[in-house]
Amino acid sequence: MGYLIGKGEDAAFWAKLRQDYDIYAPKRFPKQGRFSDTDIIRYDRVESGAEIVFDEKSDYPAKEVLTPICQAILYFTEDEYRASKASQRPILLFMRPCDIHAMQHQEKIYLENGGVADLYYRRMRERVHIVLMECSEGWDTCFCVSMGTNRVEDYALAVRQTEQGLLFDVREDALKTYFAGQPAADFQPVFVEKNSVSVTVPEIADKELLLKLKEHPFWQQFNGRCESCGACTIACSTCTCFTTRDVIYGDNPAVGERRRVTSSCQVSGFDDMAGGISFRKDAASRMRYKMLHKFRDYKARFGDHHMCVGCGRCTDRCPQFISVTATLEKMAAAVAELSSASK
Amino acid sequence: MNNPIMPVPCEILSVKQESRHEYTYRVKTDIRPKHGQFLQLSIPKIGEAPISVSGQGDGWLDFTIRSVGKVTNDIFRKRAGDTLFLRGAYGNGWPLEQLAGKHLIFITGGTGLAPVRSLLNHCATDPGFARSVRLIAGFKNEEGIIFAEDLARWQKCFQTTYALDKDEKAGWRTGLVTAFIKEIDFHAFDADYAVLIVGPPVMMKYAGLEAVACGVPEEKIWVSFERKMSCAIGKCGHCRIDETYVCLDGPVFNYQQAKYLVD
Repeated sequence: MGYLIGKGEDAAFWAKLRQDYDIYAPKRFPKQGRFSDTDIIRYDRVESGAEIVFDEKSDYPAKEVLTPICQAILYFTEDEYRASKASQRPILLFMRPCDIHAMQHQEKIYLENGGVADLYYRRMRERVHIVLMECSEGWDTCFCVSMGTNRVEDYALAVRQTEQGLLFDVREDALKTYFAGQPAADFQPVFVEKNSVSVTVPEIADKELLLKLKEHPFWQQFNGRCESCGACTIACSTCTCFTTRDVIYGDNPAVGERRRVTSSCQVSGFDDMAGGISFRKDAASRMRYKMLHKFRDYKARFGDHHMCVGCGRCTDRCPQFISVTATLEKMAAAVAELSSASK
Repeated sequence: MNNPIMPVPCEILSVKQESRHEYTYRVKTDIRPKHGQFLQLSIPKIGEAPISVSGQGDGWLDFTIRSVGKVTNDIFRKRAGDTLFLRGAYGNGWPLEQLAGKHLIFITGGTGLAPVRSLLNHCATDPGFARSVRLIAGFKNEEGIIFAEDLARWQKCFQTTYALDKDEKAGWRTGLVTAFIKEIDFHAFDADYAVLIVGPPVMMKYAGLEAVACGVPEEKIWVSFERKMSCAIGKCGHCRIDETYVCLDGPVFNYQQAKYLVD
């Protein structure tokens, strides 16, 4: 059963929804892009469907809602301290299939790894109701079909933008009341079945091959290209790494907070220990670490999926035009070369 | 909801200077870690750092800390009666069931002695725990020597080799610990032994290679890793090597696994 929320006749619908839900979706920030006269599209709270960008891929992923770039986790006042509090309001989060899969991948780390659930992720995740944004054909850097993340079965709402307005498929019972009285429409989301780019993730047979792959000379090219800026991991739908930072408020050293801030394995210093020991000292080894996490290590730990959902945002954001799919192809060639040499 | 990263305040019972840069803080707590586990120590508004437990007893834990970072430098301003924040214990610790009743060979470099100190003391107070104990402890120089009283005590109950990397010291050897591994007659242990190696990454790598070169089977070698950590509960990603999280799956690894852990 579907509904049409007609363009220009939707003010009351969004007002009612807003009363009970915080709505987060990709939104355009004019002139805030990194080049002159360019925009940025990223997640933010929106008031209505008119603010949501449907016809372009967001520059940054939905994870920015679930795991903010910077959040307070503890507050300190003199010798007292407490955890930060969070809103209880439910969230309608507008996400493309890749972002929905990415959330499920992140859950493995935040909720399951080590048998302990992270409080800050869990309390945010529990608020989220998934709104699937239909992708009709994807964009030039997308490769979701190769990663198996093009389809989503489980959602509260699905939405498609049309000339007449927004078509919704309503799966969650609690949301049906908001659509009462709206014109019925025949709508089921369709999924992208073919991208212009496809990849095959190489199988790394054993640890001996993995060791050889880590030493393969092809990684060295990234010493000349990668700036270690971390733009790829910030734009990544699945990257979870964070660092803990304590701050003292302004001019009162008795008060402060402990923050969780997004971190990146691509930035120098990610693995630095007190005393000056560090492990991955050049861009090549950091790129190798990221690629193997995305296309080997995560799956080796958690089983079903690779840690890449094929959204292509890392390729889109790289200031040096390093393509993740081209890099994966080079990695596959190196694996093939090493495999045939060891036979 | 349970918050696994919430620290608890604990009183500092005493502070003891071990060397020019290292101090041992005895902290009042009921946490009873396994030998070789670590805790997250923090000072609100400064930060957190993973520190291994260097000693333990009823109602207290020892942490031996080197003044080499933001958090650890600030800890050095703390005195008995002040408060430190703790959470943990984390990690797997030494596999006691695989060490008990065997000849144990400890090879340590510098502050790598701290993560095995409580186990060494356990061996000293409970002579039935190990068939024999051999300790090779190396330090960069005289200033870097820690646990001097323990070293003197252990000399009486264990077979010990103490060394400085380049300097001379009466009763001590000169050279890297790797140079003394071949002096051990591993065959005399009749296959009933385990080797524990802790120290800086380079020292552990070459000590492991040297032990293997001396005929020690890989499965008899255990190492303890140190890595940057931000959460210690498998979320922040800093300590990950391949599919292994040092905070969850380590810090103690068998050499069969450790030899593949290339950062």
